[in-house]
Amino acid sequence: MTTKKTILIVDDDQDYLYQLKARVESFGFQTLLAESQKEAEELILKTKPDLAILDLMMENEDSGFILCYKMKKKYPEVPIIIATGVAAETGISFDINDENNRKWIKADLFLEKGIRKEKLKEEIDNLLIKMNS
Amino acid sequence: MSTLKILVIDDEPGIRSGISRILRNFRVDYPFMEEAFDFVVQEASTGEAGIELIETDKPDILLLDNKLPGIQGVEVLEYIRKKQMNIIVVMITSYASLELAVKATSDGAYDFIPKPFTPQELKSSIENITKRVFLKKMTNKLQETGKQIRFQFLSVLSHELKAPLNSIEGYLQMIRERQAGPQLESYDYMVDRMLERIKGMRTLILDLLDLTKVTSGKGTRDIREINLVDIAHTAIDTMRPYSIQKDIKLNLHGNDVVKVMADNEEMEIIFNNLISNAIKYNREGGTVDCTISEDGSCVEILVEDTGIGINPEDLNKIFDDFVRIKSEKTRNITGSGLGLAIVKKLIDTYKGTIEVTSQPDIGSKFKVKLPIDKPCS
Ligand SMILES: Nc1ncnc2c1ncn2[C@@H]1O[C@H](COP(=O)(O)OP(=O)(O)O)[C@@H](O)[C@H]1O
Ligand SMILES: [Mg+2]
Repeated sequence: MTTKKTILIVDDDQDYLYQLKARVESFGFQTLLAESQKEAEELILKTKPDLAILDLMMENEDSGFILCYKMKKKYPEVPIIIATGVAAETGISFDINDENNRKWIKADLFLEKGIRKEKLKEEIDNLLIKMNS
Repeated sequence: MSTLKILVIDDEPGIRSGISRILRNFRVDYPFMEEAFDFVVQEASTGEAGIELIETDKPDILLLDNKLPGIQGVEVLEYIRKKQMNIIVVMITSYASLELAVKATSDGAYDFIPKPFTPQELKSSIENITKRVFLKKMTNKLQETGKQIRFQFLSVLSHELKAPLNSIEGYLQMIRERQAGPQLESYDYMVDRMLERIKGMRTLILDLLDLTKVTSGKGTRDIREINLVDIAHTAIDTMRPYSIQKDIKLNLHGNDVVKVMADNEEMEIIFNNLISNAIKYNREGGTVDCTISEDGSCVEILVEDTGIGINPEDLNKIFDDFVRIKSEKTRNITGSGLGLAIVKKLIDTYKGTIEVTSQPDIGSKFKVKLPIDKPCS
């Protein structure tokens, strides 16, 4: 029997959290939820997820980065997706594949919040495979 | 390599030279930073000399003793805050004045180092700050590339308007796909959440209307002598059903007539916001006391509640546009975060003041002062 992989989802919008949880669970994963950077930090003390999806702006505008940094320090092998609505609102877009950005944003992937369901599943699967190989 | 400028203001030469020595060859380097940081240290023995250096040299970090021969550390802090300078301040204080240091923290100091400190304590504090400076730089850079629109009102507004739409859209899609199965009741939660988000949006729109009144102002303003007590009564009556629901007692104290030269509608906005907050952020069975009095050339409006209170570090944020304090206690309370911003803007146009004092879990007290007969600008 294979146990389900656990995905940590952190977002301060409780509705987005609920919807993403439902979606991710429909892919066959287990979820772990936190509504703030602080809550997430407490959670990861005790539990190690297989992958994390973090919102960029929570209690502070850089919460997602800081959380990402802390997670990578504790669990360097756990892949992290940073989900953001930023690009849509401000025209800022990150390119995680850009070497410069990679150096300081230790996330494995940046995703737009409005991403299609199939695409999300594909990205999660890819990251999990990459990390396990 | 980047170099951060540190200014030490302390009247003890030993401390100053100690800090300079400890930080001379210190360097902060994190794997997630693209560059390492080192430091240059400048020294001043008085607050006055320090302020001069702040003006000429614009340090990034200030290590500030509170007990100084002339002006005190907190006054330097105040100076920096008033001028809205981008300097991270760390208070150096002895344990005896820890309380003061805590207060300073809420006044804008980032951290404090207790005196005496070990080189390691100083280094780790500087390390934290450097991380902070770096992230600030990074986020600033992001904002610049976004043509700095994020902090402009409209972009925040569009975010605030889109968030509920996205959330409602998400739920509707889940319902369309029958994600919770055939049972209608399984969708109750989603429907409740959608209604809640719609309610939030409606509040936002109403608040925006109030806000346009403030900013477009003048032309439609009708300044005349009005009785504030009447307005308070109206506000309390409007709010009554809401307070009954939460079992909150609403009391109005003071004289029956307190006159002021002002616009009726604007005064209503002030009362509505302060009283509705006092109910919203109250506990079940709590009390709201509103007191209106005259004090020389001013009228004073006090709105006190017995609610959840506000943490010291949040106190000066709550008057900014769209700021809402997120915590377990405020989780299920809707709002736009514009109410107090509107109130503050209105009061400013009357050259009045608003102050807040608050104790978490005990209550908050908002005090408004308005000049009786000189509405300006
Ligand atoms: N009486 C109060 N007690 C506790 N917190 C308050 C009170 N009034 C305001 N606040 C805090 O300040 C924030 C901003 O208030 P406001 O601008 O009126 O926005 P809103 O009520 O729409 O959230 C609130 O979200 C709340 O966290
Ligand atoms: Mg309000």
